[in-house]
Amino acid sequence: MVENMMLENGAAKIRARNVCVDYSGQRAINKVDIDIPGNCVTALIGPSGCGKTSFLRCLNRMNDIIENCVVSGDITLDDEDIYGPQVDAVVLRRRIGMVFQKPNPFPKSIFENVAYGPRIHGLAKTRADLQALVEASLGRAGLWDEVKDRLDMPATRLSGGQQQRLCIARAIAVEPDVILMDEPCSALDPIATAKIEALIDELKEKYTIVIVTHSMQQAARISQRTAFFHLGDLVEQGETESVFSNPKDARTGAYVTGRIG
Amino acid sequence: MTENISPSRLSSQALPGVERRHRKEQIFRRLGLGAILTSLLFLMFFLALIVARGHGAFLETVILVDYHFDHETLDIDQAVSQNDLANANYRSVIRAAMRELAPEVSGRSARRDLYGILGAGTEYDLRDLIIAQPSLLGTTAGIWTPSSDEFHLFHRNGGDRASRQSTRLSPLQIELYAELDNAGRIKTRFNWTFLSSGDSRDPEQAGVWGAVKGSILTLGICFLLSFGVGTLAAIYLEEFASKNWVMRVLEVNINNLAAVPSITYGLLGLAVFLNFFGLPRSAALVGGLVLFLMTLPTIIISSRVALQAVPPSIREAALAVGASRVQTVFHHVAPLALPGMLTGSIIGMARALGETAPLLMIGMVAFIVDPPSGVLDPSSALPVQVYLWAESPERAFAEKTAGAIMVLLVFLITMNLAAILLRRKFEKRW
Ligand SMILES: Nc1ncnc2c1ncn2[C@@H]1O[C@H](COP(=O)(O)OP(=O)(O)O)[C@@H](O)[C@H]1O
Ligand SMILES: [Mg+2]
Repeated sequence: MVENMMLENGAAKIRARNVCVDYSGQRAINKVDIDIPGNCVTALIGPSGCGKTSFLRCLNRMNDIIENCVVSGDITLDDEDIYGPQVDAVVLRRRIGMVFQKPNPFPKSIFENVAYGPRIHGLAKTRADLQALVEASLGRAGLWDEVKDRLDMPATRLSGGQQQRLCIARAIAVEPDVILMDEPCSALDPIATAKIEALIDELKEKYTIVIVTHSMQQAARISQRTAFFHLGDLVEQGETESVFSNPKDARTGAYVTGRIG
Repeated sequence: MTENISPSRLSSQALPGVERRHRKEQIFRRLGLGAILTSLLFLMFFLALIVARGHGAFLETVILVDYHFDHETLDIDQAVSQNDLANANYRSVIRAAMRELAPEVSGRSARRDLYGILGAGTEYDLRDLIIAQPSLLGTTAGIWTPSSDEFHLFHRNGGDRASRQSTRLSPLQIELYAELDNAGRIKTRFNWTFLSSGDSRDPEQAGVWGAVKGSILTLGICFLLSFGVGTLAAIYLEEFASKNWVMRVLEVNINNLAAVPSITYGLLGLAVFLNFFGLPRSAALVGGLVLFLMTLPTIIISSRVALQAVPPSIREAALAVGASRVQTVFHHVAPLALPGMLTGSIIGMARALGETAPLLMIGMVAFIVDPPSGVLDPSSALPVQVYLWAESPERAFAEKTAGAIMVLLVFLITMNLAAILLRRKFEKRW
């Protein structure tokens, strides 16, 4: 990895060094070094099966629950090792939220979906606080106007795009620092996708966002930085502009122009 | 119009083999329907047989007898205490009343036949009546009194020539029957005794309540333990245990235990609960423990299936907002799996309800008259009661056996209905 591609020390919110992921000895991610700056959108792109999801799930230790998955290397959040012995994955996941590829609301009411996180972390003292927090989160996710009259409705009856925005509201309700998104628009139609993209653009003011996408146009539209993965390797990373217009690696060039993938 | 000239390009003739495929489907449908009808037919036949045999157990034949409750015959003073009433001579009241009913009967053996048409429990029924209503003392009261079981069978068979050939009533008793019947002193009514009393040597006094209560207590203990332990074990195995070889061995053994013959659990219960821990014989507590061990593997297996059916994305969603594993399981996964776990448990209970063999081993087969008032009291259970009565030589018990099977079936249907309702209630939430 070219050293000058890295950010200056201290400028990175998340820093990964030499990260490898193995599933039952099968390597899925090979020695990835990356710096993810705060308050900006970083896109992870690459052909399917190249390990984007695997890498993303390292960042909030979601891989811990996969029985045969081994993660090695160092990952820090604000210069603290997230795999360190005193780190509690529960606390870590409160600070690094996640939105999944397929919308996965709880089979409960819309209100309960958003209120669940704040409730278990004791973020709201009173019922009124909780209601305010739910309203604020739904508002920031751009869903409040659509659901404010039916907060008691089962979340599973919302449309796919609404469900995904609900999942984003659920993630931001616990006030994390970082939000990881794994192809959040892959199951959505173009209008819902546009809404979520606009939302991501707003959210970056407050949060650090890492988004996996298989759509290069989407990466180009919403991200400030882009990392290109290929067959488990991080091939190239940098400013989105330069990765797309001036790729240093031949494979990146081939992918962004649609020749591989 | 066009079909007459050239066949449609979309008809089944247009594609070779399609007609054969349709025929195969037809054959399969007929076979399936046939299978269902056959099993329904057998079920109906079985039910009809049981009801035909057993409905008589819910009926009793009663005779209108006029009793004189005078102090002299009862052999008590004018000022009576409760104790006197309990020990009064009701037998002589009954005998006097019966003699009055048929004054022409004389001689020792003839009189014995006369008294024998009443049920053996009449004395106690009258005693309870007088204790409850002392105001009847000194009066004459016409009371519909349950007849003996042979008399009941004779009446139920219609009292005609055919029933005369099969009855064990004496010729005098048959004559008395005709006389009383003409006088309108015989009728059939619902037999509450069968539902409200415990076992007895006398068929007309025997009831299923003791066995029903025993079954309720036994199954209650069994359900509490096996649902609690079974679901917790399933949750642990499914959600927390790492999938190493120890767990695999455990899993295989749980599957094996589910297939162990039930009598083995009875032997285990005998050795462990009775001989080692010294718990009382025939107690509902021990029965419940034995049935708990028997149903536990089944409940673990069905609960694990219910947990596996919860989509992993729900677990990920909860973990991703910072829920701990325990919170994830108890707030999200277990509630979703609950209907399935409940259904599995109640199916296990239904199996436990019908079990006889393990209960025989721990002494629940004893002849027990009083319904149990607690889990440590000697008690019976419905299937054991069926077994006991089926073994009994008295003819009237054949009817009681079928009646007890009917009660067992109603119990079973109630339980399954409860399972469906519970399932609905918990599933309805989403
Ligand atoms: N749970 C798992 N067990 C085994 N192999 C896995 C598992 N998850 C992912 N993989 C493998 O790891 C590689 C990378 O997968 P993934 O991270 O999902 O790729 P992407 O998200 O870029 O499509 C693939 O070859 C995939 O088969
Ligand atoms: Mg993926």
